Amino acid sequence: MLSKLLRPARSLPSRAIYARSFSTSPIARGVQEITRPAIDTPLSLWNFTEEENMIRETVAKFAQDVIAPRMRDMDEREEMDPEIIKGLFDNGFMGIETPTELDGAGCSFTSAIIAVEELAKVDASVAVLCDVHNTLVNTVLRLYGSEAIQQKWLPGLATNTVGSFCLSEPNAGSDAFGLQTTAKKDSDGGYILNGSKSWISNSAEADTFLVFANVDPSKGYKGITCFVMSKDMGVQIAKREKKLGIRSSSTCVLSFDDVKIPKENIVGEIGKGYKIAIEILNEGRIGIAAQMVGIAQGAFDHAVTYAYQRKQFGKYIGDFQKMGHDFAEAAIKIEAARLLTYNAARLKEEGRPFTQEAAMAKWYASTIAGEVTGAAIEWAGGVGFTRDLPLEKYWRDSKIGAIYEGTSNIQLETIAKLLRKQYIS
Amino acid sequence: MRPTVPKLINILVPVKRSIDYAVKIRIASDGKGVDTNVKHSMNPFDEIAVEEAIRLRERVPKSVTSITALSIGPAKSVDTIRTALAMGADSGIHITVPDNTVVEPISVARAIKAVIEKRAGGADKVDLVIMGKQAIDDDSGTTGGMLAGMLNWGQACFASKLDVADGGKTSVTREIDGGLEKLEGQLPLIVTTDLRLNEPRYASLPNIMKAKKKKIETLKPEDLGLDFAARLETISVSEPPKRQGGGKVENVEELVAKMKEAGVLLGASGVNGDLRPRSTGGWGGKQGALTVQQCTRPIVVHWHS
Repeated sequence: MLSKLLRPARSLPSRAIYARSFSTSPIARGVQEITRPAIDTPLSLWNFTEEENMIRETVAKFAQDVIAPRMRDMDEREEMDPEIIKGLFDNGFMGIETPTELDGAGCSFTSAIIAVEELAKVDASVAVLCDVHNTLVNTVLRLYGSEAIQQKWLPGLATNTVGSFCLSEPNAGSDAFGLQTTAKKDSDGGYILNGSKSWISNSAEADTFLVFANVDPSKGYKGITCFVMSKDMGVQIAKREKKLGIRSSSTCVLSFDDVKIPKENIVGEIGKGYKIAIEILNEGRIGIAAQMVGIAQGAFDHAVTYAYQRKQFGKYIGDFQKMGHDFAEAAIKIEAARLLTYNAARLKEEGRPFTQEAAMAKWYASTIAGEVTGAAIEWAGGVGFTRDLPLEKYWRDSKIGAIYEGTSNIQLETIAKLLRKQYIS
Repeated sequence: MRPTVPKLINILVPVKRSIDYAVKIRIASDGKGVDTNVKHSMNPFDEIAVEEAIRLRERVPKSVTSITALSIGPAKSVDTIRTALAMGADSGIHITVPDNTVVEPISVARAIKAVIEKRAGGADKVDLVIMGKQAIDDDSGTTGGMLAGMLNWGQACFASKLDVADGGKTSVTREIDGGLEKLEGQLPLIVTTDLRLNEPRYASLPNIMKAKKKKIETLKPEDLGLDFAARLETISVSEPPKRQGGGKVENVEELVAKMKEAGVLLGASGVNGDLRPRSTGGWGGKQGALTVQQCTRPIVVHWHS
C-alpha cells in the first residue's frame, strides 16, 4: 500500500503540486496583476478630501432645495427648468474639473462623480445634464483641445453655456464608428458638415456641440474627427424624443445641412475622433454609474422612509421580516455599486487603467438601479404605484442606465474582451 | 436710494455647528440630552448672518475689510468654519473644546467678547458682529443680548433688514407683532438675524476650492483666559407627549363648541387671521391654559402649555 503511495507521479495533479513553487502555469498568470505600489495604511473607499465632502454637502443641499420642488412638474412637462440650469452654473457645477484660470472650479474627477450621484438622488434628469456636460464635453476639450480651443470654449461652458456630445446616429448606436455624418474639406481649408445625429442628450438646451464626423469615409473609422461648434453655426434640432424616463432631460435628433466649420474647430487631430470617443466614454461610464447609484439610493430613501410610516396589522410594514431582509439586500447592492464606482473613479484619478472597472461599475450600477427602484415601488404598495411618491419616476429613470454610454451588453463585451486578453496564451 | 457702507469695517460672525435642521431629533439613552451622533451643519440663523456680512461687502465694493467666522466647539467645528469661508468669509477662528462639551450661552458671549477685546485698537478691530438670533439646538436666543451687555455696545436683535450707512450709522428693521419696527444705531453694534433677513447662498464649487487656502486660527479657551465650566445641569430631556388624533371642524361655531366640550375655553378677545397656535413651545398636544381670541371670524388660538 505504501508502495502505491510512493509510486512515481503519473497523474496531472501531483505534477502540479510538485511544480507549484516555480509555476509558470497560465492559470497563475491569469490572476490580475496588482501593479500598485504598496502603501502603509490603505484607506477605505469612503475616504474623501475635505473639499469633496463639502461638494457633496453643497450639491445635496441644492438638489433638495432647488430641484426637489420642481422635479415632478418638470417630468410631467418633459422640460428642464431654466432656473435649475442657471443654478448649476452659478454654483460651479458645470465646470467641476475645468481649471480655475478658465473659470472652472478646479476640482477632482471624484468631485464630479459625487455631484452626479447627489443630483441623481433627487432627479436623474438634472444629473445627466450635469454629467454629460462635465464628464464628456468639458473633458474632451480639456484633454484634447488645443490651448486656443480651451481658452475659447471652456470658460463659457463653465459659466453659462450648456454643452452637448454628438456621436450616435440613426445607424450608429452601439456601433458608433459606423457613423455616416461627413465633413468634407472646403476650398478655404475649412470643412462642410452633412448628416444627422440621434438621441443627443442636452441638445435642446445646449449652445456648444461636440460633433463627430468622418472626413474621409474611405478610411473607415480612422476618418472620424471631432469638431466643436456653436448652435448658430447651423445645428438644427429635427425632433425632440418622447421618452420613458429622464423626461426633463432633452434628447433630440439633430441635422447638419452644409454646415461650414473652420479648421480651428477641430478638437485633437484629424482622424483621431474615434480615439477621443472611446477614451472619453470610458470615463463617462463612471459618471453614469454614479447616476445609477444615486437613483437607487434616492428610491431606497423614499421607500424605506415610507415603510416606517405606514402601518398594517398594527405595525410598521418595514418591521415585517421579509421587508427588512429586502431592505438589507438592496442596501448591499447599492453599497457594492457605489464602491465599484468610487474605485473606478479613484483609479482614473490616479492615472491607472480603469476601463474594466468602469464597465463593471456601469453595468452593475445600472442593473441594481433597476432592481432596487422596482422593489421600492412594491415596498410602498399602492402608493408606490401612484405618482404621489416619486418611486415610479426613479424606476422609469433607471432604465436608461442599461442603454446610454454603452449598453449593458457592450459593457459585458468590454469586460469579456479584457478578461480574454488576460487568460489567453 | 442705496445706503453706502462706511469704508473698511471688520465684521465678526459667530457660527455654531448644530444638529442639521432636517434631522429627526432623538433623546439620548441617558435621558439628559439628544443623540448627537447625527448629521451636523451650520446653525441656519448663522448662515443668514454669514450671508448678510457678504452682502454688505457686495453692496459696496471694498467697504468691508474683513469677515471673520468664529466657532467654539469640538474639532469637527472646523467644517462649519470652512463652510463660512466657502460662502465668502475671509478667515476663521476656532476655539476648541473636547467632544460633547456643552458651552453655555454666557460662555459663548464671554468668548466672543474676549476675541473682540483682543483685537480692540488693532487694524482688525471688530466694528460689527452679525450673529444668529438663536441656535436651533438649544434655542436659548440669549447670546447676542448678553454680548452687547458685556461690551456695552448697542444691539439690534431679530433683524429682517440691515443697512450700514457711511459713518457707521446703522439701521435695522425688525418684524414685530402687527408690523415693522425700525431701529437706528451707531457702530460698533451687535445685530442678530431673523429668518427673513436673506436667503443664504450655497457654497459654490469654486469657492469651496478657494476656502481651502483661507486661514483658520485655532485657540484654546485658556489662550483667551476663558473657562467654559458649565453653570447649569441638565436634569432630564424628554419628548413632548404624543399628539392625540384630532378632528376637522367646519366653522368657528363648531370649534368653539368643541372647545367648550373639552373644557379648554377660557376667554375670547381680539381678531386675527391665523388658526395655528402661536406659542412656539406649546404645540405638543398638551392642554394647559387656552385663550381664544375671536368672535365671528377669523380667529386665533393661543395655546399655553
